[in-house]
Amino acid sequence: MAHHSDADAHHAGSAHHGHEEPGFIKKYLWSTDHKMIAFQYMFTGMLMAVLGAFMAYVFRMQLAFPGNPVPGFGVVSPGEYNALITNHGSIMIFWVAMPVLIAGFGNYLIPLMIGADDMVFPRINRLSYQMFALSVVILIASLLVQNGGFGGAWTAYPPLSANKLYNLTPLGSTLWLLAVAVEFVAFLLGGINFIVTAMNSRAPGMKAFDVPILVWTIVIASILFMASVGPLVAGAVMLLFDQTLGTSFFNPGKGGDPILWQHLFWFFGHPEVYVVMLPAVGIVAEVITVFSRKKLFAYKTVIYTIVATGVLSFFVWAHHQFVAGIDPRMANVFTVTTVLISIPIAEMLFVYIATLYGGSIRFTTPMLWALAFIAEFLVGGVTGIYLGASGADIHFHDTYFVVAHFHYTFFPIAIIAVMAGVTFWFPKMFGRYLNEFWGKVHFWGTIIPFNGIFIPLFVLGAAGEHRRIFDYHNFPHLAQPWMQHLRMVATISLLVMLAFQFVFLVNYLVSMFAGKKAEKNPWRSNTLEWTADSPPPHGNWPELPTCYRGPYEYSVPGRAEDFWPQNEKT
Amino acid sequence: MKTIATTRSAMGIPTGRLAVWWVLVSEIVIFGGLLACYVMNRIAHVEWAEQAAHTNTWAGAFNTLILLSSSLSAVLAHQAAEKGDGAKAARLLYTTCLGGLIFLIVKSFEWTHEIREGFTIQSGGFWSYYYTAAGLHAFHVIAGMLVMLAVASTAKKNQELHRVENVGIYWHFVDLVWIFLFPLLYIAK
Amino acid sequence: MSTHAQAHHPTNYVKIWAILVALLVVSVLGPMLGHPVLTLITAFGIALIKAYLVAKNFMHINVEKPIVHWVLGAALIIMVLLYAGVMPDVGRDSGEGWKKDAGWHYGGTHHPSKHDEKGKGEGATAH
Repeated sequence: MAHHSDADAHHAGSAHHGHEEPGFIKKYLWSTDHKMIAFQYMFTGMLMAVLGAFMAYVFRMQLAFPGNPVPGFGVVSPGEYNALITNHGSIMIFWVAMPVLIAGFGNYLIPLMIGADDMVFPRINRLSYQMFALSVVILIASLLVQNGGFGGAWTAYPPLSANKLYNLTPLGSTLWLLAVAVEFVAFLLGGINFIVTAMNSRAPGMKAFDVPILVWTIVIASILFMASVGPLVAGAVMLLFDQTLGTSFFNPGKGGDPILWQHLFWFFGHPEVYVVMLPAVGIVAEVITVFSRKKLFAYKTVIYTIVATGVLSFFVWAHHQFVAGIDPRMANVFTVTTVLISIPIAEMLFVYIATLYGGSIRFTTPMLWALAFIAEFLVGGVTGIYLGASGADIHFHDTYFVVAHFHYTFFPIAIIAVMAGVTFWFPKMFGRYLNEFWGKVHFWGTIIPFNGIFIPLFVLGAAGEHRRIFDYHNFPHLAQPWMQHLRMVATISLLVMLAFQFVFLVNYLVSMFAGKKAEKNPWRSNTLEWTADSPPPHGNWPELPTCYRGPYEYSVPGRAEDFWPQNEKT
Repeated sequence: MKTIATTRSAMGIPTGRLAVWWVLVSEIVIFGGLLACYVMNRIAHVEWAEQAAHTNTWAGAFNTLILLSSSLSAVLAHQAAEKGDGAKAARLLYTTCLGGLIFLIVKSFEWTHEIREGFTIQSGGFWSYYYTAAGLHAFHVIAGMLVMLAVASTAKKNQELHRVENVGIYWHFVDLVWIFLFPLLYIAK
Repeated sequence: MSTHAQAHHPTNYVKIWAILVALLVVSVLGPMLGHPVLTLITAFGIALIKAYLVAKNFMHINVEKPIVHWVLGAALIIMVLLYAGVMPDVGRDSGEGWKKDAGWHYGGTHHPSKHDEKGKGEGATAH
């Protein structure tokens, strides 16, 4: 990873810790430096994104041109199709969105934004990445073993997931489950680090309401994760034992109940989507304030909203189970809470729009991504209301309408907001600028095809196209020509979108080594990370900063500059 | 090796102790989730009471006594650490570990006997929960013992004495889980 | 380092231990009296009391800052929430117009149940 050659130059200049230059392994592979660990998470996440995207490519090719061999893969069998969709979903959520948004940005930015030299527990930090890396190895192993990878969907409902006579992937199922469990432990460890660091290690003078929104959102996301994953950890142990030891937790023939798994899974699964949403929303807040030169419209309200969303997210989970056979009276309850939760989130988007209003907008690449987040996530959120109403959900459940809804939320979270963050903090991380022109080309080449993929899926879903079916020729009413045409439109849009990702890859790698050199604070932002060198040395600053004000003091009347860094005394 | 971040305390709680409380939060939801499932199933399956009658209440009660006593030695270790007596704290931590070891030995005899009688983890719903819940707890006992040994070895050099209290808090939690497991698995018959 | 310790000293930890052991004895003797309700009260009521004693006297939870209480309390409330939301489905074996069919087996054993056409009848038994 020679892109850290810039870090070397700065490292020599930092006599902060007074120890000698570490060797390659200690510096890149065995580091306890939060920035290096952040890169480890980020690059692993990006590689897993390539794998997950490849899987999407293969199964979308199968859907558009059923039975034809897919270039780079071959003919897709039904079992392989199931494994592809299962692992696409699992990878994108657990091995892309979470490591990049929470562990990557969290590790890099939390100490820098609060004015600390590192995390509170650097060695536990290192351990958490190593466990995460182990989970990656286990997951990939699950794809390579006899009979192939687990194909029971990322939701892994028993009896399919518990009984090898049904899932036909005895090794793959167990390894997949183990990979998920190890990933959970890694994020529990990492989360404790983030929470304690943010609570305790703030710069002198940095009160709770002087902390940037991104730190708040990552910390609250970590708390949400921790609180919701517990029952699923228990459930995963139960499923593992059902798979391997013959226990009967979910086996109806022996007195178990499959719906118990569903509840345990979704009790976690729903807060989980807010776990990934909150950091994304935090990144957008940072970007739009800087590029509209305006204070965040209602900082405290946003904090309370985030907390309220987090709390409410625990009360909505069974909207994933409306037609699963739950007590219908509970379905009433969950409809009400689900529709209610759209309120704080909508309010947050209104706050962002209010922040932009009257601002001095600069359409840089990060700003384009942040604005696109607001627009696309809005579509996702609104279509969620259709699904949250249990009556409508009877029609929409398990159709592509659901798939399109969650991609209109997940894609903004895992790709759009991530890109906003990647392009925004690139100068800090690597000491160089990304190319703006190619950044914008990549932006449009991603956003337009993205809509080309998923708008057809809304239409198809409303027409009744069921999920998780590998060849619609077996379903005459779903195999009508106009539907197959829409499937092809979606697939071709995906191919276009994937092609444009090479633009990003080239821009990213070339700029890392040969981009224009960046100064400390190229965007003229207030938050503390911009006062460190680009990139920051080990220990971040020779002398840790003190905080004198909140993070969003932009365009303050009477000041010469239109920004007011948090660490400047006057 | 300590970062400046580790030594700060904006909340007024030392970072190590704050972290242990968060660990307990995550453990409450793990054990709570498992035990909530068990309770719901117990209520739905009246016939499980007949299975539960085969657990060994005396072994369970003895193990409860052992864990309560080990909690005593853990808090006495904390008391010693506060007074700066690292060597005494270490000795008391070793005593606590010994309690954990006795607990595990009793449990292994107990389980061996039950398995010989034919009550394996596959014997039905009650036994699935019995072995899983007690097993998960025993796993946490082992983990606690390992951490305690590490803390004790530093404490007897009079270093990092604050860790004695922190590992103690974790150990008391493990005891608390057992305090609820005992009636759930052994007494409700 | 642990200045809060001075606030809660002196606790006689051995005395607390003795009370805990006495409570343990009561909870073991309780079921021997044979009343189910009394058993539940002694068993779980005493568990709660023991838990309180350990938390207060050994973990010194009451001298911790409020944030710790809030966070632990929230975890417990989340457990109640889980229970409340799942209990209607899992905590009963029958309801209005439905009952859980414990006779349904994976694989082959045929019996007149509505699950028959869904089950794969290859003759394989549940593991």
